[in-house]
Amino acid sequence: MLAALLIVFREVFEAGLIVGIVMAVTAGVPARTLWVMGGVVAGVLGAGVVALFTGALSELFNGSGQEIFNASILAFAVVMLTWHNVWMARHGREMAAELHAAGEAVVEGSKSLAALGAVVAIAVLREGSEVVLFLYGVAAAQGGASFAMVVGGFVGLFLGALVCLATYLGLVSIPQRYLFGVTSALIALLAAGMAAQAIAFLEQANILTALDQTVWDTSWLISDSSFLGRGLHTLIGYVGQPTAMQLVVYAATLAVMIVLMKLFGAPPPERPRIAAAE
Amino acid sequence: MIAAEHSALREAGRSNAGIAAALLVGVALALLPRAIAAEDAVTLSVTIKNHKFDPAELHAPPNTPIDIKIKNAGDIVMEFESSELHFEKIVPVGREGVVHVRPQQPGRYNFFDDFHHETQGYLIVP
Repeated sequence: MLAALLIVFREVFEAGLIVGIVMAVTAGVPARTLWVMGGVVAGVLGAGVVALFTGALSELFNGSGQEIFNASILAFAVVMLTWHNVWMARHGREMAAELHAAGEAVVEGSKSLAALGAVVAIAVLREGSEVVLFLYGVAAAQGGASFAMVVGGFVGLFLGALVCLATYLGLVSIPQRYLFGVTSALIALLAAGMAAQAIAFLEQANILTALDQTVWDTSWLISDSSFLGRGLHTLIGYVGQPTAMQLVVYAATLAVMIVLMKLFGAPPPERPRIAAAE
Repeated sequence: MIAAEHSALREAGRSNAGIAAALLVGVALALLPRAIAAEDAVTLSVTIKNHKFDPAELHAPPNTPIDIKIKNAGDIVMEFESSELHFEKIVPVGREGVVHVRPQQPGRYNFFDDFHHETQGYLIVP
């Protein structure tokens, strides 16, 4: 029971952090629950499919199928997060200030919601497929699902969901005027971390060997396999021993996102003209 | 005509520039220099059965790329993982996998089954 509880909690915890952030980012946006829930459902279904085909998947591309699959969906999530942040830089402040025509904002906003829904789906798919594989493996090994395993799984799911809720409540308790900046920063770090993780998969598959030396080692301080390490890994892409290429890509992702947000962002709203018009 | 198309393209480009530019991130990731397969990589093999790695200790020369072949001969799915050696790979029952490990300095490096942490092994580089 404990093994099932721990594994399920660990994976739901990781996905829950991302779902909690997305919920906070979209707080107050109409129909966001639908998109987030849709993402979770799609992720769960996807997890089942991926778990079912893991054997076949790992044999693709000369045995690097899993790595290429993981790197690809992570790269896709990075694009979605970047797109969302750029969109928010352009429209977020207007929406917050209710200067935007409501109808247009909802239509436009749903595109951004779709991007975040996809991110939720990917997070749930990645963590969920491990849960499915593990629980199915345990059940298969002991000739059926035991009561203890089912209880452990549900307790783990419940505790993981609490993390999601705590993340959400913690973020929405931030005063409105800081929330936009905080969530934009969180999304940017999430994206950079995912990009660095994609690099790790390409390095593991021997597709990428350039700049593969370890730059520093902080695993004595925060181990990758500790809960803190896992949480930080999910949130900001923490790894105890990053390679040079991971750091380069991490920094590049942040830089590209910041440049795009500046390029396409709305002009600063604090203009005396607007103040005078009000 | 061409100019009009160009301007239309530019318009479309402008509205979709955010997406296009964001896509570049993904493309850049995908097209990062595909390195020439490392020459002189040593290949090590390890099998997992009854929650034990066999052999439990692998040996590899220093400063040499390493490929570790993992075979799951047990009755339960495993995740072959190492924080120190940077890999994580799910290996279903009866399947084999390979992970690439970059050249290592002398040391003793831990790997494990992330689904069953009692299953531990080491890579020793003299």
